Amino acid sequence: MAFTSVLFIRPDDIPGVDVEPAYFKDLNLDQVVQAMTRGRSEYNLAPFFYTSLHDVDAILYRQEVFRDLGETEVFAQIHTFGQKLRVMRERLTQAEKRYYPYQKAAWFRDAVEVYCGAIDDLASGLTDRPLASSGLCSFREYLLQYRRSDGFTELLADTELLRRELGSVHYRLHLKGQRIEVYPSADDQDYSAVIEKTFHKFKQGAVKQYRSTFRKDPDMNHVEASILDLVAKWYPEIFSHLQTYYTHRHDYLDPTIGRFDREIQFYLAVHEYVEGFKARGRSFCYPEPSDSKKNIFAKDGFDLALAETLKMEPSAIVCNDFHLAGAERILVVSGPNQGGKTTFARMFGQLHYWANLGCPTPAHAARLMVWDRLLTHFERQEDLGALRGKLQDDLERIHDILLVASSRSIIIMNEIFTSTTLQDAIFLSREILQRIQTLDSLAVCVTFIEELATLSEKTVSMVSTMAQDDPTQRTYKVVRRPQDGRAYAISIAEKYRVTYDWIQERIL
Amino acid sequence: MRVFLLYPDQDFQSDGELYPNEPTITPDLDLSTLWQAMARGDDFLREMSQRIILTRVTEIATIGYRQDVLQDSLDNESLVREIYSMAVSAIEREKKSYFGFFSRYPSAILGRSLEVMTIFVEILERLRALAETYKPQFKSSGFSRFFAMVIEELGTDYLIEIRRHLRELKFQKGLFMSVRLGPGNKGSHYILNPRPTTQRRRWIQRIAIKEPDYLTYVVADRDEAGARALTELWDRGIDVVANALAQSVDHILGFFIQLRMELGFYVAGMNLYETLRRLEAPVCFPTPLEFGAPYLGFEELYDPCLLLRRGESVSGNTLTCHDKTLTIITGANQGGKSTFLRSIGLAQLMMQAGLFVGAKSWRTPVASGVFTHYKREEDGSMQSGKLDEELQRMSEVVDQIRPHAMILFNESFTATNEREGSEISRQILRALGEKHITVFFVTHLYELARTLYDEHSDHVLFLRAQRAPDGSRTFRLIEAPPLNTSYGEDVYREIFEV
Repeated sequence: MAFTSVLFIRPDDIPGVDVEPAYFKDLNLDQVVQAMTRGRSEYNLAPFFYTSLHDVDAILYRQEVFRDLGETEVFAQIHTFGQKLRVMRERLTQAEKRYYPYQKAAWFRDAVEVYCGAIDDLASGLTDRPLASSGLCSFREYLLQYRRSDGFTELLADTELLRRELGSVHYRLHLKGQRIEVYPSADDQDYSAVIEKTFHKFKQGAVKQYRSTFRKDPDMNHVEASILDLVAKWYPEIFSHLQTYYTHRHDYLDPTIGRFDREIQFYLAVHEYVEGFKARGRSFCYPEPSDSKKNIFAKDGFDLALAETLKMEPSAIVCNDFHLAGAERILVVSGPNQGGKTTFARMFGQLHYWANLGCPTPAHAARLMVWDRLLTHFERQEDLGALRGKLQDDLERIHDILLVASSRSIIIMNEIFTSTTLQDAIFLSREILQRIQTLDSLAVCVTFIEELATLSEKTVSMVSTMAQDDPTQRTYKVVRRPQDGRAYAISIAEKYRVTYDWIQERIL
Repeated sequence: MRVFLLYPDQDFQSDGELYPNEPTITPDLDLSTLWQAMARGDDFLREMSQRIILTRVTEIATIGYRQDVLQDSLDNESLVREIYSMAVSAIEREKKSYFGFFSRYPSAILGRSLEVMTIFVEILERLRALAETYKPQFKSSGFSRFFAMVIEELGTDYLIEIRRHLRELKFQKGLFMSVRLGPGNKGSHYILNPRPTTQRRRWIQRIAIKEPDYLTYVVADRDEAGARALTELWDRGIDVVANALAQSVDHILGFFIQLRMELGFYVAGMNLYETLRRLEAPVCFPTPLEFGAPYLGFEELYDPCLLLRRGESVSGNTLTCHDKTLTIITGANQGGKSTFLRSIGLAQLMMQAGLFVGAKSWRTPVASGVFTHYKREEDGSMQSGKLDEELQRMSEVVDQIRPHAMILFNESFTATNEREGSEISRQILRALGEKHITVFFVTHLYELARTLYDEHSDHVLFLRAQRAPDGSRTFRLIEAPPLNTSYGEDVYREIFEV
């Protein structure tokens, strides 16, 4: 099969939309993706992050490429290639911006030279590398073929010849009054050196520099351009070669190479970001994509966005585990406020997000379901201008979610129905969970309503915990355990300093 | 080109570190009177006198080096003053040529540098001529090196070469430079070429083949952008030479500035010498001894600042002692104790700066610093009690003082009762003594003086302000045990005229 894309095995997977999925903000993925793609705006990588894969083959195709890039040399080769094409584009931009034809042509030739070098170096660099991914293997095959092609070898030779020719051009100027005389030969005698030598003894210990900084902008003024025209008259063959080259070589860039250059940046962006975390002691894994079975698990999963939003040291982030077995489908998370419940719910969603994207996933090990839809409901700021109340808004959003959810969907609900009475909240939550059970979706439900945890054999109770020795100290650990009611009450009592110890201490 | 008139092997750093206790010793030792006499109204000389006296020198070789240069100056006064005025005029004429200097353009930098360099070369030529003629008259190694350096660095041929380049750099025949193509075919690697010397021959050739060997572009008369571009091209050509010239101007200016500073010190020294001699006071070059040498001796030591203020002769003290680290001075009020302390401190500082001192002779070890701790008038700040204030200052001294320093106490630690003051003093004195710090201690603390005396230490000397049997003062100190009165009664009588 001919190589087309390093990101997709099926042409119909190619992203068309540029719109952030609805769950992005709820899971704080927008911040992570922004951080990952920093400095790579020219590649427009966001659509790749917005387009999830939906089958196991496509996911594995990417995981393989990521594994290959884990080899330092392979990564370095491809990274360098990307940098060179950046330089190439900068030079093309220069060519576009210039006004005088000889200038445009020179910048254009420089760009092509960088391109040829990039191709040549990458081909040599990858030739004997052990590559395992079908994506990179078939790209290499394509690249080597391209390098051998007549078109490329001829392009390379012509570009080189022109470089040598232009390099040989030299001339001498005599400035006198308003006249500029141009001679076709150079004089090697450096009068500046003579002056520096004569005055050398007076330069000792000189600290101040009087060298001027001349305009660095690449444009020529009309005087420079006129001089160049006169120089061109002294070297007519070289400059006519330059003109021909510029007119005839506009489509030098191979489209498949161009596409690879953009797509591989997706891998590099993710890889670099993940490596930063790994260097500071965090594990990532390639989750086993599970197509049908729902006995998923993750070990030491963490919220990647937390480090980004809180500017936290990755090593300070708390990891959590989860697993579902048998009929279990819904994780009901309760426990003390600020105990890491929301973070846990986000982590659950993020892990599934990265897994479906074929990316390294922030967990030590995992098996995760390949999903069709990731649906989130996080509490929103109340819109005072809206006519409908918050409860109605909540219910309408959940209704929309349940309308599209399937047995292969993931639903994450964070603190729903906080704006109604406890009795109402219990009733509504039960109803919603029943519906989710019927759909057979996977779900995380963060709630203060303890009894939801024991709704059926499909629900699993998870609890945010306090330190054993100090009940006011949060651990941010969320563990699989029945709600005991007491820890929660105690910590509230602690908060209001009405525990036994406190009362003893405070009443003197 | 280095001046090296203050140190045998280094420049004097005008921004160097001063004695950290400079704010204290300046008033305590009345140093500003000294600087005033050295400066004779010249602010620069005052500044230099101050800086150099307050910059620590402890090498005997450096002190001797300066004494020799100063002696040479005294022997060749008018020549030295002339060289000094050459440096001053070079600096002043450079300043006048400041117009347009802020311009960052090489042509402006070059133009200005050429102008200043022409002035400098003229002065340097005079300096060399003077060095050649008068070098044999100077005996100090400082001046000998200086003149030899001038003669060697500024040879006639070299100065002629410089003058030729200064003419050439006006580029009256236009500018020649070679260029290559850089990125985007813009000119790059501009190399300034010397004016071709074969132009006439080429011109003949040109007639022979009837075809010009160059192509010409002319910037039109009203083309302002073109004129700017041409200037920029010109600037690229001369950038390196403009830099070289401007740096050379800086260097030579730096030389003149250094010369003015270092020579200025000797000019100030000559000023002071003349004044003291006119007042018929004895002046001598002191003999510095190694750190910690167990000797201290002087003859007819007086306080030059007191002399300068009064304008008439003051009495001197003579003393010789071996292996004394502590001198306790007691006795009559207004008996010359404070003056004596000041004369010691001044002589020590002047010796270490390389100056003469106000005495017939002076031999002391060099000190790592000269410190003072004087009783202060009560200040109005109310922030701390008087003893607090004194001990606070003592603590600052302890922060700064090092072994082999000299410290002068004047009625310190009397803000408490005599017993406590004595105890504090004893502890301080003992500690300072063990750190090999030479102490002069003026005190009315009789209990302290008495107990120290009774210990019969070989390292303690007792001096007393003298009183004649009729109660009048001689302002001389004699070696004598402490007495249990300070003759306050005498002062009382004098003032109340009873």
